[in-house]
Amino acid sequence: MSTELNGEAKAATKNSDSAPKTNPIERPLALRSVREEHPPKAEEHTPQRILVLGATSGIAEACLRLWAARGDSLYLVARSEDRLNVVAADANVRGAALVETAVANLDDLEQHPELLAHAVNALGGLDIAFLALGVLGDQTDAERRVEAATQVLHTNFTAPVSLLTWLANYMSQRHTGTLAVLSSVAGDRGRRSNYVYGSSKAGLTTFVDGLRNRIDRDGVRVMTIKPGPVRTAMTENMKGNAKFADVNDVAAALVKAIDRGTDVVYVPGIWRIIMGVIRAIPESIFKKLNL
Amino acid sequence: MLVSALSTEGGRRIDYPVAMPSSVELEFDSPPSNRADQKPSGPPPFESWGRYPSFPAELKHLHWQTDFPRAMDGAHHGALAVGMGRSYGDVCLLKDGMLLETTGMNRLLAFDPVTGLLAAEAGITLAQILDFAVPRGYFLPVSPGTKYVTLGGAIANDIHGKNHHHAGTFGCHVTQFDLVRSDGRRLRCTPELNSDYFSATIGGMGLTGLITWAQIRLKPIVSRVIDYVGTQFHGIDEFLDLTRQSESVEYTVSWVDVTSTGKNFCRGIFMQGDHARTPGPLKPSGKPKLSFPFELPGMALNSVTVGAFNSLFFKKQMKKQVTMQQDYEPFFYPLDKVLHWNRMYGKGGLLQFQYVIPWAHAKEGTIAILQEVARSGLASFLAVLKAFGDVPSPGAMSFPKPGITLALDFPIKHDKSFLLFDKLAEMTREFGGRLYPAKDARMTAAQFRAFYPQWERFAVYKDPALTSGFWERVVGGQSGVRGGGR
Repeated sequence: MSTELNGEAKAATKNSDSAPKTNPIERPLALRSVREEHPPKAEEHTPQRILVLGATSGIAEACLRLWAARGDSLYLVARSEDRLNVVAADANVRGAALVETAVANLDDLEQHPELLAHAVNALGGLDIAFLALGVLGDQTDAERRVEAATQVLHTNFTAPVSLLTWLANYMSQRHTGTLAVLSSVAGDRGRRSNYVYGSSKAGLTTFVDGLRNRIDRDGVRVMTIKPGPVRTAMTENMKGNAKFADVNDVAAALVKAIDRGTDVVYVPGIWRIIMGVIRAIPESIFKKLNL
Repeated sequence: MLVSALSTEGGRRIDYPVAMPSSVELEFDSPPSNRADQKPSGPPPFESWGRYPSFPAELKHLHWQTDFPRAMDGAHHGALAVGMGRSYGDVCLLKDGMLLETTGMNRLLAFDPVTGLLAAEAGITLAQILDFAVPRGYFLPVSPGTKYVTLGGAIANDIHGKNHHHAGTFGCHVTQFDLVRSDGRRLRCTPELNSDYFSATIGGMGLTGLITWAQIRLKPIVSRVIDYVGTQFHGIDEFLDLTRQSESVEYTVSWVDVTSTGKNFCRGIFMQGDHARTPGPLKPSGKPKLSFPFELPGMALNSVTVGAFNSLFFKKQMKKQVTMQQDYEPFFYPLDKVLHWNRMYGKGGLLQFQYVIPWAHAKEGTIAILQEVARSGLASFLAVLKAFGDVPSPGAMSFPKPGITLALDFPIKHDKSFLLFDKLAEMTREFGGRLYPAKDARMTAAQFRAFYPQWERFAVYKDPALTSGFWERVVGGQSGVRGGGR
């Protein structure tokens, strides 16, 4: 009963990005001042139990630092033990209530049920699952070798589908929880320069959107997160990355959006407009561009 | 905790995706074809704070401790780890070499709330450490004039602060670190373990290897507030009197007007402060809001404008003495309020000059140099005067020693300020003093060897694959081997 009420309460606050801004807590992101005189008090925050899949990705790490600092419990999964260890140490020092780690290659789908069950048991339940696994791949390689293309699709699409299926079934039974999935603006339109990566994210976006339509009514928030270019290790060799969004600003926006359970999040918000324009270009013209 | 977090012992190589191929792009403005042969042109990828000199280089970012040394594969002209680029001259530059920027390596690794021992990766900034430590009742053991420097840079330049007469240099508070050599060897360095590398690396200008993480001892505080006293002085004798009277005060520093002559010669404000002992709020700092938006034309700073600024600054403090409570931010980091303040000096950049002259000649040397600066008519504001104490640094190449230190900055004017600089450097040598490599772009090889006669012993610990613009200037050319070291 109480979980149902919880679900209703959350349902009432969703879609807040399109609703009139009456609640001062839900000011638009652009107006969030960096000079908060009174930062939110720790006691106002109910500690969350958060599973982070792909915890050593730049965006995930920046988010989990914020979660750690406010005392949430974290279960971190990543491929590299060395990297995972320092990320976990950092979360621990910053004040996470609990930090558990698992080294896993999430490409191996057979491990998923056991891994996820272990995470839920270690956290004593699950409030938020943040899926940040993914690879950029090498477009030119993927154009020549089908193995390279299918590898990108497997890591960016098939593996999250497997994880989300388990998590969705767990959460919808409990009528609570948030599934926050990192997709990309690159999935909003196929472009010549990175359509393999883009198609993996397009598939993921569609899957997550559909999943939301299935289980939102069960009280589970499902979020499609579409970052524009962000300055992280993944993008460091890209031209012009000095102008990319700062990962800490992106993380601050994401943590806030995940608290609200916003359906579709573009970060920074300007990318909602940019991608609206990109999508509006007729294909007859678009195919002649070098995007 | 620390051991488990830092379990990459023994130089073990870990497989990781080194670098994403440059042919994959997300941005929307460039065709995929014309990339391969783009040579870096225009501004250099990395500038020092003085913006002089300026060298082309290849810039790579380190995100993980295990990225090094593999990240420097393909470096043909040496490599150098760099942080925030807050040193003024060429200790953080390398012409045509590879710069390994460390600020992505910025994780906290362990903290003991009882002892204040904090371990963190070397690319973390002192600002990030303060954001973590102040709400927990701890402060940096030594604060430089800006908090936007990395932990690794603070060690590599063995930085000092207003409490040098009490606390010594930053290196005095470093309890251990890992040093990774270009051959992959990982050395745990403490005052006991690999103590020779420990000593060479503190103040070692980043040349002994990559510091991947370090542990420092923070100091407890109960408030953000500094109890501040500012006192006007006229002349070096009054400065020395105030220095003696305030020996028990933790932080002391003076601003001195180097443009005035006659009765106003060597006038200044002696600033002292202690952490408040009454418990107060320990909330974290806000973000800086101002950024110097553009480069001023080179002529904007001249003897008239700087003289007027200096007069204003002196007279802003109307009374002989002012006592007040001040937040630590404006006390320690007044210039951090304006990001990119170095743009004020225009495109040409600025030249810093900082000497220390031992007590034997400290007074006469300082007077002679101040007279020379005043006579030159070359504008300098923000001249900072301080007496160093006698706490020894563990660093073999550390700059501070007991005596008087003075830091000046000049706009770059190739004819005039370089001549003045060279003259001041020679005077410093004659008075038995030395210059600070982190603030230097001009000292000669002969001067360096006179300032740091221990340099040859230090060079033994230098990593053969690492070098810097500074090292090439004062040593490399002479030894005939780029890089040198073993």
